[in-house]
Amino acid sequence: MANHSLALRHQFEDVAQQKDASTLGMWIFLATEILFFGGMFCCYTVYRASYPHAFGIASNHLEVLWGAVSTVVLICSSYFMACSVNSAATGHRKALVGFLALTIVLAVAFLVIEMSEWYLLYKEGLMPGVNFTYKGIDPGHVQLFFCMYFAMTGLHASHVTIGIVILVILAFRAYAGVFTPAYYTPVEISGLYWHFVDLVWIFLFPLYYLIARHLQG
Amino acid sequence: MAEHIVTKKQYAYVFAILLVLTLVTTVAGNMDLGPFNVVVALVIAVIKASLVVLFFMHVYWSTKLTRLVAVSGIAWLGLLLWLTMTDLISRGWLGVPGK
Repeated sequence: MANHSLALRHQFEDVAQQKDASTLGMWIFLATEILFFGGMFCCYTVYRASYPHAFGIASNHLEVLWGAVSTVVLICSSYFMACSVNSAATGHRKALVGFLALTIVLAVAFLVIEMSEWYLLYKEGLMPGVNFTYKGIDPGHVQLFFCMYFAMTGLHASHVTIGIVILVILAFRAYAGVFTPAYYTPVEISGLYWHFVDLVWIFLFPLYYLIARHLQG
Repeated sequence: MAEHIVTKKQYAYVFAILLVLTLVTTVAGNMDLGPFNVVVALVIAVIKASLVVLFFMHVYWSTKLTRLVAVSGIAWLGLLLWLTMTDLISRGWLGVPGK
């Protein structure tokens, strides 16, 4: 129980209460994050409802296959993050470090796929403000779609990047043996953040890649 | 609140369902379901999100206070979408006097 005195801050009754307080704090942060992204989802909903045709045309310029692959990659990394939390809770240090490493590798893979997609869109002339040469139907509203696409996937990608930094720090601390079954709150809390990042992508994928697929062959 | 450790097996079940649903949504997205494409895509997304929140994020086992915060975040997002869309949809229903 030596770790208890190390891990327990004096304002808390016991370790469980301390963990509940941390979890609650993280959820309050995540509630603000829901609304941070929520504003953009609301913006998307309004523009999509207003210009469904242009959004349909623009959506079909995205590669569904890569969208699906990045979704799978992110879900896998979320699963490995969940396994990290389990390993930390059961005191398997090596497994914890391993699962965190897998989570990080998949997170980086996600970013590589996403940035490749961005690059291809840039080459195609579909990146508003940088290289936008689309001359087809309704270019104004197609441009609006891509503005929203880059803003929302960009905000999401920045969250992934922050997540990678957090996970790397976590992996080093785990390797050093900081986390025990009595104290692994940072792993749990970072897990919540990481699953939230996955959550946002679960909605971004259908909204950007899928819902206009049937309109064009 | 008692500590609850979710096993790797439980996580694996949720993970498998998430992968299947990703496949289903991708296939369904390529079929022509008319107006139901959006409905199907969003229903599947909500199911996937619920699985992640309940099991990966442990809300299923969490304290009532934590659940309240999670639900309030979603409720406020619902409010944002609902009020915005009712305004957007109903704006043209009544004529503006003097216009």
